[in-house]
Amino acid sequence: MAYKNFILVCAGTGCESSKAIEIYEALAREAEAQGVKNEVQVVKTGCFGFCEKGPIVKVLPQESFYVEVKPEDAKEIIAEQVVKGREVKRLLYKKDAKSVDTVKIEDIEFYQKQFRVVLRNCGVINPENIDEYVARDGYSGLERALFKMKPADVVNELKASGLRGRGGAGFPTWLKWDLTMKAPGDVRYVVCNADEGDPGAYMNRSTIEGDPHSLIEAMTICGYTIGARQGYIYIRAEYPLAIDRLKIAIKQAKEYGLLGTNILGSGVDFDLDIRLGAGAFVCGEETALLQSLEGKRGMPMPKPPFPAIQGLWKKPTVINNVETYVNVAVIMTKGAEWYSKIGTEKSKGTKTFALTGKIANSGLVEVPMGTKLRDIIYDIGGGIKGGKKFKGVQTGGPSGGIITSESLDEPITYESLTALGSMMGSGGMIIMDEDDCVVDIAKFYMAFCVDESCGKCAPCRIGTSQMHDLLDKITKGNGSEDDLLKLEKIGKAMTKASLCMLGGSAANPTLSTIRHFREEYLEHIRDRKCRAGKCKDLVVYSIDPVKCIGCHLCARKCPVPCIAGEPKKAHVIDQSKCIKCGECFKACKFGAVVKN
Amino acid sequence: MAKMTLEQLRRLREEKKQDLTRREVEGKEIQVIVGMGTCGIAAGAKQTFDAVVEAVNAAGLGNQVIIRQTGCMGLCYVEPTVEVVAPGMPTVIYGKMTRDFAKELVTKHLVEKKLLDDHIFDRPAADIMKN
Repeated sequence: MAYKNFILVCAGTGCESSKAIEIYEALAREAEAQGVKNEVQVVKTGCFGFCEKGPIVKVLPQESFYVEVKPEDAKEIIAEQVVKGREVKRLLYKKDAKSVDTVKIEDIEFYQKQFRVVLRNCGVINPENIDEYVARDGYSGLERALFKMKPADVVNELKASGLRGRGGAGFPTWLKWDLTMKAPGDVRYVVCNADEGDPGAYMNRSTIEGDPHSLIEAMTICGYTIGARQGYIYIRAEYPLAIDRLKIAIKQAKEYGLLGTNILGSGVDFDLDIRLGAGAFVCGEETALLQSLEGKRGMPMPKPPFPAIQGLWKKPTVINNVETYVNVAVIMTKGAEWYSKIGTEKSKGTKTFALTGKIANSGLVEVPMGTKLRDIIYDIGGGIKGGKKFKGVQTGGPSGGIITSESLDEPITYESLTALGSMMGSGGMIIMDEDDCVVDIAKFYMAFCVDESCGKCAPCRIGTSQMHDLLDKITKGNGSEDDLLKLEKIGKAMTKASLCMLGGSAANPTLSTIRHFREEYLEHIRDRKCRAGKCKDLVVYSIDPVKCIGCHLCARKCPVPCIAGEPKKAHVIDQSKCIKCGECFKACKFGAVVKN
Repeated sequence: MAKMTLEQLRRLREEKKQDLTRREVEGKEIQVIVGMGTCGIAAGAKQTFDAVVEAVNAAGLGNQVIIRQTGCMGLCYVEPTVEVVAPGMPTVIYGKMTRDFAKELVTKHLVEKKLLDDHIFDRPAADIMKN
């Protein structure tokens, strides 16, 4: 009989690592065993975004939204839902652990304020089946470009849409394409930057995993527009699932004649290849990426000449990131007029963000530009984990800055984030609470930049390690107020003088934390105190002899061990041996362990 | 598959769209719910379900109608039972809906917006309506 149920199993990297593939296989096996193989279609899809509650399984048309599913649950899902037509209530999403009321998918707050354009197919189609993409109006944007539009029309369409690059600074996409199209020469290239390297960011990976054909379609449109016959997707080798899905998608597109020679009989040729990056952060910088693509060491080049004039192998090259291309596919399918209604005046469309850190609902979200940070963190993200106090949000990874609670009502646009001392970046959003120390965070990002600096230019090579040393000094309680001035001075010099944006933005986390949390820096320096208790050298644990009842629990938890004391008598910590792990503090039920 | 022409791509898209629109729920306002308790299945509810899918597609309503199953509706004496929820129409449970009536259900109830008087057996009981 016709399928009466469709079971969508999330097979993004997050859910896959918690056995989503086993769940998928178990569902298929159970459907066969219970004789309903022909009544239910089990589909592997891309990321639903609600990674906090993964693995996610969604059953249609009932819209049952099952969370934290285990392979053992497959039998019950098939027996109850497919055979008997009843939902498995215990697996349905509930607002919190205590609540018995299940929540319907349209009422889940996580999804209410989202608007999925880039992720429109993620969690809906099977990314390994081109037919499902085609059925969702896939490749109709390409069709429109090839048969109804001239290259200049495509550029005009993008101009009307207001699309700006999603990788960082927000350069108008149409202008990039236009410059490349008009650059002299007969060989041109299309390159996709899928080298997503910010700690905590995984939007591009999930987009490719869930909807690889969107990228292929958009790059082909780009090839037609600028007159390129070859494109490259530069993706980091750490994304094996995304690479696999891309390979499958490229193969299918070639078989269908959507890539290769004479695409759909239009006379246009375009081909795509994948190049794997070894995971250097600097290769996310476009000139360094192009060097790496050429087989050279990934180091940035001075600009100009811009890649639009002299890019890959010195030929005019369009280089955009994954999200930008996927937006192009949507614009070409739905039209610039539709697209330009989304977002704000200067920042059109939507933006995907990877919500991580101290947030209740970590996951992949997409919101229209102009959405307030507060809406993302509190409504979609469900607020801070464990009811702690919000401290700040780091956007743009190691190149961005911290945004504090005062700016939570700022609508997100390219301009507003830059004005706040951060940047759009590719879209990582790391939420911090009162237990995070800003100096420690600044040090973490600076250490990342020290590691990832390619060493070509002095401001970045020397500046990052100097700044790191200064931050390290402060976290150890040896800093001076003079060091703060030095940090600002070096930071400003790096911002101005570095060759590429890695160095040019490496100081951002430090500068923005100094700007917003100067008081906390001064506490480290003057009072040798870390209020979050993260800087171990500034923390001293001791036991209050009045409160201690001598239960010995702390001594048992101590990994060193450095806590001594007789039963039922007050215990003492040997400060010379203490490694400040805080286990005793967490273990004590009487508040006798004191953190200073 | 061999390389496609534009025509073939369009045909493929239309063909696959029907399959995929059945999965979509958003924007669909009409629901056809087939009772599939043991009694319903014994009376041919599975065949009815198939016939409804076919009839809905044939009428080009695939993007407006959710077709789903439910358990026994309690009217075991007139199985197969089918409940239809459509805006602007009273919610009705039809009984004795064997596969042969699927087409009539679609053309009359969903397209012409008229009830199939011979098949009306009950409105949903209060407890069903709540859920």
